Amino acid sequence: MNEMMTTTTTTTTTTTIALTLDGKPHRVAIGSTLGGLVDSLGHASNKVSTAVNGMFVPRGQRAQCVLRDGDAVLLFQPIVGG
Amino acid sequence: MSNSTPSSAADTWQVGDFTLGSRFLLGTAGYPSPQVLREAIVAAGTQVVTVGLKRTLAAAGDNGFIGVIQQTLADSGARLLPNTAGCRSAREAVQLAHMARELYDTPWLKLEVVGDEHTLQPDMFELHAAATQLVRDGFTVFPYCTDDLVGCRRLLDAGCPLLMPWGAPIGSGQGLLNVFALRTLRERLPDTTLIIDAGIGAPSDAAQALELGFDAVLLNSAVSQARDPAAMARAFRLAIEGGRIARNAGVMAQQDFAVASTPVGGEPLLLGGAS
Repeated sequence: MNEMMTTTTTTTTTTTIALTLDGKPHRVAIGSTLGGLVDSLGHASNKVSTAVNGMFVPRGQRAQCVLRDGDAVLLFQPIVGG
Repeated sequence: MSNSTPSSAADTWQVGDFTLGSRFLLGTAGYPSPQVLREAIVAAGTQVVTVGLKRTLAAAGDNGFIGVIQQTLADSGARLLPNTAGCRSAREAVQLAHMARELYDTPWLKLEVVGDEHTLQPDMFELHAAATQLVRDGFTVFPYCTDDLVGCRRLLDAGCPLLMPWGAPIGSGQGLLNVFALRTLRERLPDTTLIIDAGIGAPSDAAQALELGFDAVLLNSAVSQARDPAAMARAFRLAIEGGRIARNAGVMAQQDFAVASTPVGGEPLLLGGAS
């Protein structure tokens, strides 16, 4: 039983990675891309802008941007301003 | 753009290839509703409105404001000017600028890099670093800056096509606090487009800026916080037009002593004047 629990735990930690998304904890599957994350959150691709670890990632590069454990992802959207 | 443009029916100014007739740039924050914002934009007759960016999770929707702005601007032909509000470093501002260009599809950028939390004073060093990079990246940079002459020159050297010195701290409504410095900027940079950004409280402040020879003003809170924002937008529009006309007409020089205006001569009118 203990051996099975250990196996289960190991499986969980190796299939997902931990991110921060707009400063809050978030988990995604290993191999996830930034484009996939934006889609999974329900955002239209052209309605948000993205940065990973403080660096802008253009819309056209999101699909190639594979997320890594510990990445800090920021999504920005238009808002009123002065 | 020169501050010596003569008064004429087509008293326009330029940002790159874009010709502007209105000298009133309007911020879009803090309005009670999208409809009131739309009314204010129309009443202002503005051709440039500022917008921002915010983290998606923190934004919690925009309640339709952005849609109203985009529709109103599509109807009027006005342009968006995204800002980098909230940035504290050049690196941060450069990244946010690229996101703004992607989202709003414009190279125009109001570059803000703040260096003091209490006054929200622009950090001229970080501002210069960011402007240098962003000009290289193809942006048209509108730098929100202080009234420091040498710092302003450095921003022009970096490739900024214009300057936006503060009149007073953002949102303070104190008007033009350092008229000497602003007048010096105008005199020492006679061919530079200068826009007063921040601190304008009353229409008379805006009129004063135009009378001093500034090419335009950018303001937000003075309109959005008014009891009737659309009416205040119209008041500012008229004051800005009045200030510009006055500038072109030639505001009289101040004198230290009284100068009689009625040409009655040097003799008393009633005593000793008749024979």
